[in-house]
Amino acid sequence: MAIKVVERRPLSLAERTYLPQILAGLKVTWDNMLRPPVTLQYPEERPTIPNGYRGVPTLVRDPNGREKCVSCQLCEFVCPPKAIRITPGEIAPTASNAHVEKAPQEFEINMLRCIYCGLCQEVCPEEAIWLQSQYSMTGTNREMMVNNKAKLYELGGTLPDSHYKWDRKKAEAERQSESGH
Amino acid sequence: MEQLLNDFLLSKAWYFIAARGLTAIVILMSIAAYAVLLERKASAWIQGRVGPNRTNHPLIAWIPFVGTFLQKGGFIQPAADGLKFLFKEDPLPGHVRKTTYILAPIVALAPALLALVMLPFGRLPTGEVITLCPGADIGVLFMFAISSLGVYGIALAGWSANSKYPFLGAVRGSAQLISYELAMGLSVLTVFLATATADQDNALSLVSMVDAQKGVWNIFYHPIAALVFLICIFAEANRHPFDMPESETDLVGGFHTEYGSFKFGLFFVAEYSHMIIGSSLFIVMFLGGWHFVPGMPVLGSGLFAALFGVAWFFFKLCAFLFFFVWVRWTIPRFRYDQVMRIGWRVLLPVAVLNLIAYFLWYAIKG
Repeated sequence: MAIKVVERRPLSLAERTYLPQILAGLKVTWDNMLRPPVTLQYPEERPTIPNGYRGVPTLVRDPNGREKCVSCQLCEFVCPPKAIRITPGEIAPTASNAHVEKAPQEFEINMLRCIYCGLCQEVCPEEAIWLQSQYSMTGTNREMMVNNKAKLYELGGTLPDSHYKWDRKKAEAERQSESGH
Repeated sequence: MEQLLNDFLLSKAWYFIAARGLTAIVILMSIAAYAVLLERKASAWIQGRVGPNRTNHPLIAWIPFVGTFLQKGGFIQPAADGLKFLFKEDPLPGHVRKTTYILAPIVALAPALLALVMLPFGRLPTGEVITLCPGADIGVLFMFAISSLGVYGIALAGWSANSKYPFLGAVRGSAQLISYELAMGLSVLTVFLATATADQDNALSLVSMVDAQKGVWNIFYHPIAALVFLICIFAEANRHPFDMPESETDLVGGFHTEYGSFKFGLFFVAEYSHMIIGSSLFIVMFLGGWHFVPGMPVLGSGLFAALFGVAWFFFKLCAFLFFFVWVRWTIPRFRYDQVMRIGWRVLLPVAVLNLIAYFLWYAIKG
């Protein structure tokens, strides 16, 4: 194995007094002092949230206003800290989207437990649960830190949909019943 | 009016002495408080932050422009800091030696305030010196003797706290003070050797020291002594890079680890008072005291010149305090053995050689 000998130059007298180095250091801090601060004045100035930021998990609707969650409970199952609790419910047979069959009756995410891992978003077959740009969850008691279904939809809003999976299924079913199969 | 000012500055009546003392304490305390603000602001600027800019009182915030300016500059922060120290619970740990534990902050602060009485700030048109204790001739001896007593506060605090980190801090603080006091005394001696004349009976007076700098300041005649003295006042004031007694990173808080609330506040003020005394000594001995610039000792004439001299002294003091802060946020702390090595093997020989060189120079010159 080749051994590389590093030259250790003995320190000069000026270097051993530390003084030139200290002056250079003072110059560095002086230059820094004249630069504008990089701090964000938080409550007044807000950071710009980059795309793909994983903030508070939310539930979303599709552009037709239909809630996307079908209460399959995969997210509840995959959630490592067990922050999600879903009470499944049936969709009334008279509703226009009765063919979807199920929707959550109650959906709670306990933000005191959530670790923002994003596994719920990853596992969701309906793309119904999203970690969005909301980054500051505050509350004055434990109950306020549990997001219920209404709160989750309020935070989530509507996201664009490129599939309209259930509309297409409905159209297909109607076409097939018309043709007598 | 002028008569009252004269009485206030020079009279030996007890009420004028008391008034002078109170004024000095108020001024010193507020400089110390605002030095803390300067420390926080300057450290913020150096680190790309903004520093305290939130504290305000509704009554002050109500004033247009001024209120906003005071808030942005953090000028109300020292009041908030002081009130916090004052109103916090004052715990007395069960394992401390109670008498000395309570005594230590007082012993730390009292010498710092006391050393100030000999400090000359300026000169009246009539020739009298503006100081708290007019007419005393032993200025520099008194200031060195008293301000070094401050280490008793640190030693007592470390010992009475009865736990290992404060004890280590106190031991380091004492060792450091002893090591740097020698080099400091020798560098000062060099300067007094130059300024004092043989027939003078008040050779150690700080006033004659300032008078000797009417033309060229001592820092140009004695650069090495000034450098040694500068390093020593950093060590004496326990400031970075010599803050051995505190060393937050390895000794938690050093000598004041077991202290809280107002007792800690007193240590805090004492530290900044030592900075103020060290800076004032450096200004008086090397930077021409209240003299305007080298070669032009007085600006204006009469009472204006006297008051401008005092103001100029305070300006120099503020600039020097800023230098203290600037150095603190630039240089990392020396290791304990490095501190000892610099003190004994570098500064002391340099100060001795410097003194001998000046001895020889005056011996040859005659």
